[in-house]
Amino acid sequence: MTPRIAIQEAPFDLAAETARLTAGRANVGGLASFVGLCRADDGLAAMVLEHYPGMTERAIARIAGEAAERWALLGLTVIHRVGRLEPGAPIVLVLTASAHRAAALESCAFLIDWLKTGAPFWKREEFADGAERWVEAKAADDAAAARWTRA
Amino acid sequence: MRILYFAWVKQRVGVAEEEVAPPPEVRDVAGLVDWLSGRSEGHAAAFANRRTIRAAVNQDFAGPDHPVAAGDEVAFFPPVTGG
Repeated sequence: MTPRIAIQEAPFDLAAETARLTAGRANVGGLASFVGLCRADDGLAAMVLEHYPGMTERAIARIAGEAAERWALLGLTVIHRVGRLEPGAPIVLVLTASAHRAAALESCAFLIDWLKTGAPFWKREEFADGAERWVEAKAADDAAAARWTRA
Repeated sequence: MRILYFAWVKQRVGVAEEEVAPPPEVRDVAGLVDWLSGRSEGHAAAFANRRTIRAAVNQDFAGPDHPVAAGDEVAFFPPVTGG
């Protein structure tokens, strides 16, 4: 199982990515997906996503490797968009495939929790009045990722 | 040594990256932050609150005690907010 990892400005196509994981095979019994979207909180006009090219791919590959080690996965896709995104636009896709549902569902949650805290992306919010602010890291995200840490 | 800055750290420093040659007594990430802080007002502003700064050495997250040496790629940035 080779994870598919992509960092891109372009939108992604959930149906096409799903087909990629299932085409020509009959051993996948479950697919789990998470799609993160840009919300229009507080009059947000756009979200600008910056990342650390090179390290981002490395960090996601490591997290994907850990998921593949912990769960019996038949497919794993992570696509994270960067650049300027408007409210309603999809930001991130996590897609996992397995023979039985638990592995797909749990690894999908694990991956999105770790993407929030363990991959070098930063969000800047732009507002209609011209104001801008960097999104601050949330303690709740750290707690969500920490629940996957093995004793 | 190649230094990279991201997000508001980059905005405060004023450049995305720079090539530097710190003196030999700069041995770890914390020492490098001290030394970089003296380079300009922008650097000092970026590193004013150390608790809000994260680092990576050669593209792996690194704490203040992580060693740094000539030829390394060292990046400074705020806590990450992807996903």
